[in-house]
Amino acid sequence: MALCAVSALALAWLVFTRLTEGTGWLGFLLSAFAAFLVLLYIVTADRLGRLAATDRVMTVLVVTGAVILLVPLVLLNVYIFQKGLKALRLGFFLDDQRGITPVMASSAGGGAHAVVGTIQQVGLALLFSLPLGLGAAIFLNESRSRWRRPVRVFVDAMSGLPSVLAGLFVFAVLILPYASSIKIFSFNGLMASLALALIMLPTITRTVEVVLRLVPDGLREAGLALGSTRVRTTWSVVLPTARTGITTAVVLGVARAVGETAPLLFTAFGYDLMNANPTDGAQESLPLFVYRNIRKPDAAAVERGFAGALVLMLIVIGLFALARFIGRDRSKARTRKATRRPVRDATPVPEDAA
Amino acid sequence: MATTETIPAATPPPAADPVPAPTSARQRRVIQDKPARVDRWFDRVTLASGLFVLVLLVLVGFFLLQRSRRAIGGIGIIDFLTTEGWRTDVSPPEIGVLGLLTGTVIVAMIAIVIAVPLGTVSALFITEYASIQSRKYLTALVDLLAAIPSLIFGLWGFLALSGQLSSLAEWIGTHFGWIPIFEISKDANLTNSMFIAGVVVALMVVPIIASVAREVFAQTPPGEKEAALALGSTRWGMIRSVVLPYGKGGIIGGSMLGLGRALGETIAVSLLLPQVPALVYRILENGGSTVSGFIVLRAGADPFTTSGLMAAGLVLFVVTLVTNSLASVVVARSRSGAGVDL
Repeated sequence: MALCAVSALALAWLVFTRLTEGTGWLGFLLSAFAAFLVLLYIVTADRLGRLAATDRVMTVLVVTGAVILLVPLVLLNVYIFQKGLKALRLGFFLDDQRGITPVMASSAGGGAHAVVGTIQQVGLALLFSLPLGLGAAIFLNESRSRWRRPVRVFVDAMSGLPSVLAGLFVFAVLILPYASSIKIFSFNGLMASLALALIMLPTITRTVEVVLRLVPDGLREAGLALGSTRVRTTWSVVLPTARTGITTAVVLGVARAVGETAPLLFTAFGYDLMNANPTDGAQESLPLFVYRNIRKPDAAAVERGFAGALVLMLIVIGLFALARFIGRDRSKARTRKATRRPVRDATPVPEDAA
Repeated sequence: MATTETIPAATPPPAADPVPAPTSARQRRVIQDKPARVDRWFDRVTLASGLFVLVLLVLVGFFLLQRSRRAIGGIGIIDFLTTEGWRTDVSPPEIGVLGLLTGTVIVAMIAIVIAVPLGTVSALFITEYASIQSRKYLTALVDLLAAIPSLIFGLWGFLALSGQLSSLAEWIGTHFGWIPIFEISKDANLTNSMFIAGVVVALMVVPIIASVAREVFAQTPPGEKEAALALGSTRWGMIRSVVLPYGKGGIIGGSMLGLGRALGETIAVSLLLPQVPALVYRILENGGSTVSGFIVLRAGADPFTTSGLMAAGLVLFVVTLVTNSLASVVVARSRSGAGVDL
């Protein structure tokens, strides 16, 4: 196989540079890869037959595809880290853009206003979408209404709603008609959080629903058989059992909302100074900070944008790791605990009576 | 830790909740649901929150329609759908969605053409080739890729990838220029093209396709896989004859979900494309625009433009809604078949 690769490289070099005078390393790589596949096929077919040769070639193709997917991920991370670290100082979390002029270095000023805005907007959005999403998920899974099917279809459709439309919706319904008369309906953080809630809602609903479906029916039946009402069963049996899953759903919803930029352009609008009041006036957020700075012509602003992008990236990766950590498989830890305290923790999960 | 975990099954029934009385007094027992009063409220509240989600989506469509009436009423719906440019400085204004919509569709198509093979192949790698230990981490990695904000993809594509890809575009253009869409004119600017935008969007779409396809592939009945292997087929033979036919619905559904996402992709595209609405067919050259990217760039203009943007948003809303509904039907059908085991 290695010999195949070497000869393919040699062949590609010969064809590419000597015979056709092609250009670019990417083209070279592509033709070398094609030559490698052909050679591999011929060699294996000669030794092991055609079936084995096809298998070998497909294995190489599949592995290459997976690697191609990984390479951009690594490159992207390296790029953002490299660029972002330059302008990321502690001051980034302490200062806003007060008194910043285009000639100043990128380490002057910071994005504290953006961080505060992001926390407030996403927090408020969570406040709106969590009860609703939880309610809708319980409705989908615990009730026997005939409206379940249409609601599920709509939740699915809503999760595919382009985020820009969520912003456009809030803009059309609240800001456009009422901004001049009612102050709370002008560009501010609250409107942004409404748009973000619209985006988080389907994510939370769907994830929670999947988790609720995993709760064994035996637990529900046990609760009902003991004479408790369905409310009681849901509240003190189903939800506590699914607690970790629900937390994961929340974290994933937050991770989705925290990086959204498009809806904020119509709602929070963006602002260069600290504004800690989400109901009054335009507010910045991290994605907006990045978006607005990256489009400015001066290099320092672009660097600041990269610092913001790095912070955003770290938040997303951190949230993601948190979700994995909460939702991790605890069966190992539990069995260890169970051997230590057999009486308290031996919670049987009666999936089937058999 | 242990003290916080109550044992659910052992929770005593609260005395306050009335137990439905058994109705065994009748001769023929009719089993009927007789919920307690709390339960009836429970039903109502959950029904309300479920219906709220439903109503919300209807409202989105309704308000977009209402706000766009001014623009559509001004020029007529047929003209709006068939005008390619966007000029408000002439009177009567010529605004239309055709140029934007073709741009959107072309970018999404490029993304899908790149992303479907990549996503399928990486799902195959995770389920069939990778070792069991690494499978978990690879799945997490794909999910993480899906969680990276599109802004960051756009940033990277805008400032780093664009240069790399334009040399590839040049190579394609010089060697495959005889195919009409790959045609490039001499000294054309090859940055900020729909091809580059399509590649960046493809990177965002791949994880979606990969995760749906992986889920379906993982449900392939092991019995059939083992049967194929036992009959002497190679690994690829097994995949081709068992896994792929079984997971076809997953691939198609995942691709359509990805298509929905690609159609609605906003920020990355608004950074990458010049957003000048016009019909552009040379995908390797500078130019192109998409509905969502255009909406973002023109936000906050005069009322008439805003109304036009709402109309464009409405078109996007309908297109993505149809795509996603079809996708979820396909995925649901492929999953319902998954229950049939040997």
